[in-house]
Order: sequence, then structure tokens, then C-alpha cells
Amino acid sequence: MILKNGILDPQGKAVNNALHHLGFTGFDDVRIGKHIEMKLEAADKNEAGKLVEEACKKLLANPVIEEYTYELIEEEK
Amino acid sequence: MKTAVIVFPGSNCDHDMYYALKKVMGAEVSFLWHQEPSLDDFEAVVLPGGFSYGDYLRAGAIARFSPIMQGVIRFAKRGKLVLGICNGFQILTESGLLPGALMRNENLRFVCKHVYIRTENNQTRFTKSLQPGQVLKIPVAHGEGNYFMDADGLKKLQDNNQIVFRYTSGPGVPEKEKNPNGSIDNIAGIINSEGNVMGMMPHPERAIELLLGSEDGRLVFESILS
Repeated sequence: MILKNGILDPQGKAVNNALHHLGFTGFDDVRIGKHIEMKLEAADKNEAGKLVEEACKKLLANPVIEEYTYELIEEEK
Repeated sequence: MKTAVIVFPGSNCDHDMYYALKKVMGAEVSFLWHQEPSLDDFEAVVLPGGFSYGDYLRAGAIARFSPIMQGVIRFAKRGKLVLGICNGFQILTESGLLPGALMRNENLRFVCKHVYIRTENNQTRFTKSLQPGQVLKIPVAHGEGNYFMDADGLKKLQDNNQIVFRYTSGPGVPEKEKNPNGSIDNIAGIINSEGNVMGMMPHPERAIELLLGSEDGRLVFESILS
């Protein structure tokens, strides 16, 4: 999850400034988001995707301010 | 009027709110644990400040799914009064009872001090004891009170008179420097379009006796109870 484009990210801005102080002047527009790992049992990738979408919309992300992306990795049994 | 203060794990202004409603205002008050399913006996409920569920994920994001919130949503749909203070406001936006979102303070600091807020709409069930434009001195204490709304939503709030309080200077000027958290349009409190759900970041329950530095918060409770 990450704040939508155009929404001020004060954390990102503070880290951006810190990087510049350390001499990493090439970095710009730092944005800070959240990374969540979950285990999920589902019949197939399609179903897993649906469930993750639902969880993101309902709880994990706040659609007013955040957007999300996800990746499904199949675990060997 | 029978009022209830909801207690989530991590609420910490619940007793202040109880005290304000009962001891100071003389209302009938009950604490309701977040697992209670029903609010049928009450006419007004308050979601108090604090850090429900440790503010994990996002402030209010998990509390919003506690059993009692389903009851609060039904209660609100029936036109009963719901007031959210601070974390309560965050829970109300997360649950969709109020529009917008409360983000991390722009300066990243937890802000804890008295601020001035101006009454922008005194034609509500929460502010009818206030004068138009009346400035109140009320404390804030939050790290995530930066109200955000997209441009269309903000225009709607402005056009419908849903902005109830704005951060201002003592004489009531909404200057940018007097905005403690970066809220868009200096918004300190809003109401839903139906006029029965209000959320505000400042704590009126902490401004009810002169001993506390201000008793301006009483006017909010007077409005609700009258």
C-alpha cells in the first residue's frame, strides 16, 4: 500500500531530506508505503487474487488515500 | 437523554468522556464494551479518543470492524446521534460514516496543546448552543489528525455546510500557522450530510472545567443534551 500520487507523504519527505543530508543527492520523491505478507489457502491463483483484492478493499488499504498492488506466489506443498 | 460511551481495547479518553457527560452535564451514561451488539436503549453514542487496537494498520482501521460498530452504523442510519472524538473521528471515517481520511500529521509530530477552533456551522444537533463563528479553546492530542479529502469531496463539504469546526487563531482567523496537523482547509471537525454523525479531532471533554484551562467544550455537550 502506498499513498496515492498527489497526496503529501511527510514521512517520505523527511527521509528524502535525510538522504540529501547524507550526500545521496540523486534521490528524489521518496514515498513510504506498507508491505504485508500473508499466507492464504485457495483453490487456485484466480481465487486467491479475488480474496486478496477483497481484503485490500475492505481492510488493508484505505481507498480514500492509498492504492495497492499485490503479488501472488504459489507455495509448494 | 441516555448516552453511551463505547470502549474499545486501547480507548483512553472513555473515562474523561463519561465524567464530562455524567458529572458535569448530568446526563445518563453507560460504558459499552466493543463486543456489545446492541445500542437500542440509547439516543446518543460517543466514540472516545485513544488508540483502539494500538492504531495498528491505520488509526481506526481495526476498531471499525469490532462487533459494536455494526450496531453503531445501524444506529446512525436510524438518525440517532453519533459523536466521534479524535480516535473516534478516525473510526468514523474508516467506517464510512463520515467522508475523508485522517492521515499522519504533516510535521510528523504528535501534537498535544490547546488550540482555537471556530464554529463554522451552529445549525447542527452538536453545535446549536454555540454562536455562529464562536471561537472555542479546546485541546488536541493526536499524531494522525491531518484531515484529507479530494477536491470534489471538499467542495461538497463546503457547499453543504458540513465543515463544523476549523482551526483558527484566537480571534478566529483560519491561518495556516494555526493549523496543528496540516488538515486540508484547516478542518477540525465535520458532520455527515444527514446531520447526525459528527467527528472532531479536538477534545471537548478535556475542556469542561476552568480548572482544566477552558470550559468551552461544555457547549458541545449542552447542544447534544438539550
